[in-house]
Amino acid sequence: MNKKIKKAARHVNQNEGLIFEKSSPGKRAFEIPPLDVPAVDASKRLGAAYRKEGVQGFPEVSEIEVIRHFTRLSTWNYAIDLGMYPLGSCTMKYNPRVNEHVARLPGIATEHPYQPQELSQGCLKILALLEKCLLEITGMDAITLQPAAGAQGELTGLLLIRAYLQKQGNPRKKVLIPDSAHGTNPATAVIAGYEVENIRSDANGQVDLAHLREQVSEDVAALMLTNPSTLGIFEQQIPEIAKILHAKGALLYMDGANMNALAGVTRPGDMGVDVMHLNLHKTFSTPHGGGGPGAGPVAMKKMLEPFRPVPILVEKEDGRLALDSQRKETIGKVRAFGGNFGVLVRALAYILAYGPGVRQATEDAVLNANYIRKHLEGTYDLPYTRPSMHEVVFSDAIQKQHGVNTMDIAKRLIDYGFHPYTTAFPLIVPGALMIEPTESESKDECDFFIDAMKAVAEEAEKNPEVVKAAPHTTRIRRLDEVTAARKPILRWKPGETKQSDELGTHHRKVTTPAVPTC
Amino acid sequence: MRYLPKSPAEREEMLAAVGAKSIEELFSSIPEAYRLKTPLNLPGPFSEAEIIRYFEARGGENSVGYSSFLGAGVYSHLRSVVTDAILQRGEFLTSYTPYQAEISQGTLQAIFEFQTLMCQLTGQEVANASMYDGSTATTEAVLMAERLTGRRHVLVARSLHPEYREVLRTYAKNSGLSVEEIGFSSNGTVDVRGLEAALRDDVCAVVVQSPNFFGAIENLAPVAEAAHRAGALLVVAVAEALSLGLVKPPVEADIVAMEGQSFGLAPSYGGPFVGVIASREKFVRQMPGRLAGQTVDADGQRGFVLTLATREQHIRREKATSNICTNQALCALAATVHLTLLGKEGIREMAEQNLAKAQFALGELEKIPGVRRSFAAPFFNEFAVELPRSVKMVNAELLKSKIVGPFVLGSAYPELSKHALVCVTETTSRAEIEKFAGAVRAALQVPL
Repeated sequence: MNKKIKKAARHVNQNEGLIFEKSSPGKRAFEIPPLDVPAVDASKRLGAAYRKEGVQGFPEVSEIEVIRHFTRLSTWNYAIDLGMYPLGSCTMKYNPRVNEHVARLPGIATEHPYQPQELSQGCLKILALLEKCLLEITGMDAITLQPAAGAQGELTGLLLIRAYLQKQGNPRKKVLIPDSAHGTNPATAVIAGYEVENIRSDANGQVDLAHLREQVSEDVAALMLTNPSTLGIFEQQIPEIAKILHAKGALLYMDGANMNALAGVTRPGDMGVDVMHLNLHKTFSTPHGGGGPGAGPVAMKKMLEPFRPVPILVEKEDGRLALDSQRKETIGKVRAFGGNFGVLVRALAYILAYGPGVRQATEDAVLNANYIRKHLEGTYDLPYTRPSMHEVVFSDAIQKQHGVNTMDIAKRLIDYGFHPYTTAFPLIVPGALMIEPTESESKDECDFFIDAMKAVAEEAEKNPEVVKAAPHTTRIRRLDEVTAARKPILRWKPGETKQSDELGTHHRKVTTPAVPTC
Repeated sequence: MRYLPKSPAEREEMLAAVGAKSIEELFSSIPEAYRLKTPLNLPGPFSEAEIIRYFEARGGENSVGYSSFLGAGVYSHLRSVVTDAILQRGEFLTSYTPYQAEISQGTLQAIFEFQTLMCQLTGQEVANASMYDGSTATTEAVLMAERLTGRRHVLVARSLHPEYREVLRTYAKNSGLSVEEIGFSSNGTVDVRGLEAALRDDVCAVVVQSPNFFGAIENLAPVAEAAHRAGALLVVAVAEALSLGLVKPPVEADIVAMEGQSFGLAPSYGGPFVGVIASREKFVRQMPGRLAGQTVDADGQRGFVLTLATREQHIRREKATSNICTNQALCALAATVHLTLLGKEGIREMAEQNLAKAQFALGELEKIPGVRRSFAAPFFNEFAVELPRSVKMVNAELLKSKIVGPFVLGSAYPELSKHALVCVTETTSRAEIEKFAGAVRAALQVPL
């Protein structure tokens, strides 16, 4: 490894089998207070439905074994708490611990969604304040906090559009999606009952307006636009795009995945956006937790308001808050109960910590991305040269000459103490390296990252094999994904013998396909 | 700002390195007219202590100090502090979806263990890494059945959770699916005759919940037989997953859609919870959501990866099996830790306590003149009773004794206007049950 690297060092971590392999009958990790009512004969009460044999295969272990098992597993993960996690479009920023604390408070975590509303005023006030803050940040008129994640927010947004157009007589057939969009956009459009039509990006990475004009017709319900785009570039023509759509009665949907570039600086609602979702697990710092939970509130203009999912939060004449399910034009519910309330609590705690200072976070995020871009430009190919916002997208074109691709560089970055950037996305950049540092990185951490990226580039040129075989320092090496998919093993089965975690003798060549990872 | 790791001097230094004169210059690609000139009107900035004080105050305006007999899809169960200690480890809490397997083995192995636990619990062969919740899992199970059968009509038991049915309707409306509801018989379970009559050759799925919304445990064998005879798949929703500690797993189902909130997750005013889809191995390629699989690395060591991703949106885009991306991974981890703590004996014992307490509560209520059990089917920790008066009125009286009364079944089933859905778990003490029964008795005697 390059000696200039100050970030990473060798680390020993322990082997750990599956929890099922530690099981031995009679061990307990949890005891329940004694039963204070008469015991009943379950076989009699449940009759034929009685599960006589119990749950087979459930582990029997002690508390210390549970703690050690999951603690050991945890040490095999990289995390924001360990260092920079520059996954483009994922906004891996610091997850403040006070947010975790408040989400677990009695009176917050303990509340039942069906309890009387007069006993839920605290919950409803939290929701009302979060709604107000998110409307201020987005510049929109109305909002729903119900969607469970970004993709469900997209669906909610499209269903609002559909209901609105339907009311005017025709829900229309198509949704336009730029070729740089996240995969969720086209997948969502299909569930909302629309055909997907791709629109091209121009040489600058912006929506090709001429092409857009040709495509927008009375069949088009909406355009789903990510802004800044997945190239990290602000879509400058957004007011013009909105005009083109509106002239034909179509609406502009904005995917707010990249809102971390805009909060406090500009507002989508002011630029002609009709409806958008926010990823609270990105811009608003709620923890990703290894893949979720998230929350995907949808903010909209006035004309979409009547169609919001129920229940709707309303303020009564006496100032009390209430949930109202009586809405004739609602699209219905997209999820049971009100939404991922615990996530909403964390997002509000984040906003309260910043207040109007949320702009400073945005500025620092954009500064970090540009700082990294400045230092890596030339070392890595920059296919689109317009100003970067919160993320920068390079390509592996230079390293490809030595047979090294974006996935290899990503894997080698692991040896240097970083989580990789997003690989092979957006699809319009062959061999993309999509880097989003967020505001949570210090100048030092950015410098370490730049050193590491430069060191990998140098290796790609002089010693490409070391990059192609990376990572070299992790507990396990590249995994055989092809066999995993061809002969899926998706669970442990009772009776399976204990597998040895020792090094095998059989060496195999493993190649990692470059697939989009965000 | 305490979350931002830069000094003013460092910001200047970085700006100079970038070659910008001011931070404003970095935003020059946003048209001038759309750049905010004034700060946003947001409350704050607040210190940590102020934030805690704000949320403590809000919590104080809720139901602290009340005992509750609400279930209806969200259940209060014991949770070990160990679960939270594990969840709050930054390595789990602050990591992303485990796309980079070499440095995500912790999350991946935990998902593999979760999938295993879900299979053992439901009696199914494969389970995914999680869905948003029980309602969306049920809907996705129906969409999966549609893909598998190529049919577009769905028969849904009315005893499926009303909100699950609403979510299904929202999704179905635009997917070209038609939804037909099947009533319930006098013992509270699905009307099998009505179901048989409604089964046609265009039915992709029959959806029932067990224990169903009334708490009644369904006899799945005849339901499965009827569905399969017509070439439809059987989707079984489970909203109270703890029941499976004592109730036979739905092995007759082709797809199980489950809500795992009972396993280590707080009610949290409705979320975040954890949905699960479990099914047969032969259907795995039509499953939605992420899957972790076991494989080996270049040295032959066991390791885990996300697999069969060609079903998913980031690869397949508009041809994906679902649009789900972010799921409920940390909640699935909570369930994994919780079930590992409970273990084989613990889950049984906890389930037995629920059954015993619910039986005791029913007995106490049945002693009250005019109160009778609504349905005769066996139940787990939730049952319906008919009261001689409006449930709403009784609940209003209960509130005065600091009791949150049972779910008002009439709000979702007009024909059950005087019926209440009572839930009792291991967290409800005998004293609370007795106080509740006493308060119901008193409420029924309040002069009208």
